[in-house]
Amino acid sequence: MLELHNVVKHFTAEAGRPVLALDHLTLRAEEGSFITVIGTNGSGKSTLQGAIAGSIPVDSGTIRIAGVDVTRWPEHRRASMIGRVFQNPFSGTAPNLTVAENLALAARRGQSRRLGWVLGRRTREQMRDRVAGLGMGLESRLDTAIGLLSGGQRQALTLLMATLVRPKLLLLDEHTAALDPKSADQVVRLTRQIVERERLTTFMVTHSMHQAATVGDRLLMMHQGGIIMDCEGAAKRRLRADELLRRFEDLRRRELLDEGAAELIRVAYV
Amino acid sequence: MTLMLSAWTIGLILSLLSLGTYISFRVFHFPDITVDGSLTLGAAAAAIMIVKGHNPLVATAVGALAGALAGATTGVLNTRFGINKLLAGILTMTALYSINLHVMGKSNVPLLSSKSLITMAESSMSRVVSRETISIAGWEIARRDFSSLLFALFCAAVIGLVMYWFFRTNAGSAMRATGDNEQMIRALGVSVENMTIIGVALSNGLVALAGALLAQYQGFADVQMGIGTVVWGLASVIIGEALVASDSLGFTIIGAIMGSVLFRLMVAIALRWGLDPNDLKLITAAFVFVALIVPTFAKRWTARRRMASYARAA
Repeated sequence: MLELHNVVKHFTAEAGRPVLALDHLTLRAEEGSFITVIGTNGSGKSTLQGAIAGSIPVDSGTIRIAGVDVTRWPEHRRASMIGRVFQNPFSGTAPNLTVAENLALAARRGQSRRLGWVLGRRTREQMRDRVAGLGMGLESRLDTAIGLLSGGQRQALTLLMATLVRPKLLLLDEHTAALDPKSADQVVRLTRQIVERERLTTFMVTHSMHQAATVGDRLLMMHQGGIIMDCEGAAKRRLRADELLRRFEDLRRRELLDEGAAELIRVAYV
Repeated sequence: MTLMLSAWTIGLILSLLSLGTYISFRVFHFPDITVDGSLTLGAAAAAIMIVKGHNPLVATAVGALAGALAGATTGVLNTRFGINKLLAGILTMTALYSINLHVMGKSNVPLLSSKSLITMAESSMSRVVSRETISIAGWEIARRDFSSLLFALFCAAVIGLVMYWFFRTNAGSAMRATGDNEQMIRALGVSVENMTIIGVALSNGLVALAGALLAQYQGFADVQMGIGTVVWGLASVIIGEALVASDSLGFTIIGAIMGSVLFRLMVAIALRWGLDPNDLKLITAAFVFVALIVPTFAKRWTARRRMASYARAA
């Protein structure tokens, strides 16, 4: 379903050497798999997601979704295949448009937009049913400007919008990181519910070890632009959050040591 | 009375400018200076075609299309070449000054006795009303003035309705969402670049249409007539927002139209009271300046007052 082959991405810093954000990364995801991705800051997990979504153009390598080479496609063109939820709950919705209008826009993701009414009676009824399905009581607020809703409500709606037209790939970019714990739980529960019901191929970047360990059927750990751990099936089910955390601490300590060593060398020789 | 009537008429004609400004400034947050040139372009193209004997309806449409093309140019400069929005507008506007002179062939084109949409409106009214003047609520009004007013009202109403309809279609909603949240609409498969180009083109098309109608109403097109257009449009939009105080689409559109009329009435009254016409642009600019900063200061002031009341309570 999703195939990345030898994907390389450099970021050029203001001064100094370019930073390698994706280091010849190769990855295959099967249809219907739910992948969670963790990694230290700067490990390249967000870059990877951006590369798949098309918001970050890659230097080399190929990206295929459902067998189609999308490496050179601009972001808006890939939208026909990809549904996205962002970290910032304000990123996924247009605040001055109503709940119903936002949903109606999402109902035409990747399709042409012409001069038909955006909210016909039938579309409206459909939207009401879908919103009612969230079980958050938002169906009575269809005509409210979406900017007036809370972060949790907006994120739940964004999730609904991303899956309104069945995406070939669902990208979740730390989509609960900016929410309070209760809303985060709710959004995670919704995510699992929708992904399982629609059997969506899902790629979820997360900050939460707990989420990474308990959600999804495959886990990737990234470090310095590469995948350093990849477990699925029984191994993934056995995985515990504290174990992940321990491996994470190991990484961080090694990184600190590296920096410490570099500093020593600089002091000694420069 | 004639002065008031002409203020109403010009206000209604320039409400198309106000609606265009609403699209660029409010929907897209695009401070578009192209309009200074495209208003004149619409007037110039329509005037020269009318003088050459073309159908005024065709001439007006060509004027509007020329303006849309100018707007698209600004949009392309901004989105495809990454030129700053203000600078992109300034470049097109500056280029348009020469282009407008070329279109007209001189700096002023009088329409004199040519057949225009305004004379057409009067002649169709003369079929219903045979007298030269019309008495309304005790006022004697020249038939020509009254038919111009009705025609301007008709144009504003039609364009206002079309805009209301358009912004509720799939394409129009996507356009509003583009101005509201680029990241979101891109993720839903819309090219923000193309949408911006279309939006700025639409905005300038409306402004040029206003220019084309204005030239026919005042009986001439002049290469200088567009100077200050941005500020007029912005003033009208701001007044309109204050008038309706609502975020709903319909009210915003009505507000933009009413704002334009009220602005023209204020100008007419100020001139009547003996304001030097040369000071008009200075005063308009000062007015827009005040209107732009008032919300910020009001917010700061209420925040300070709230702090003070907390302090007293504690």
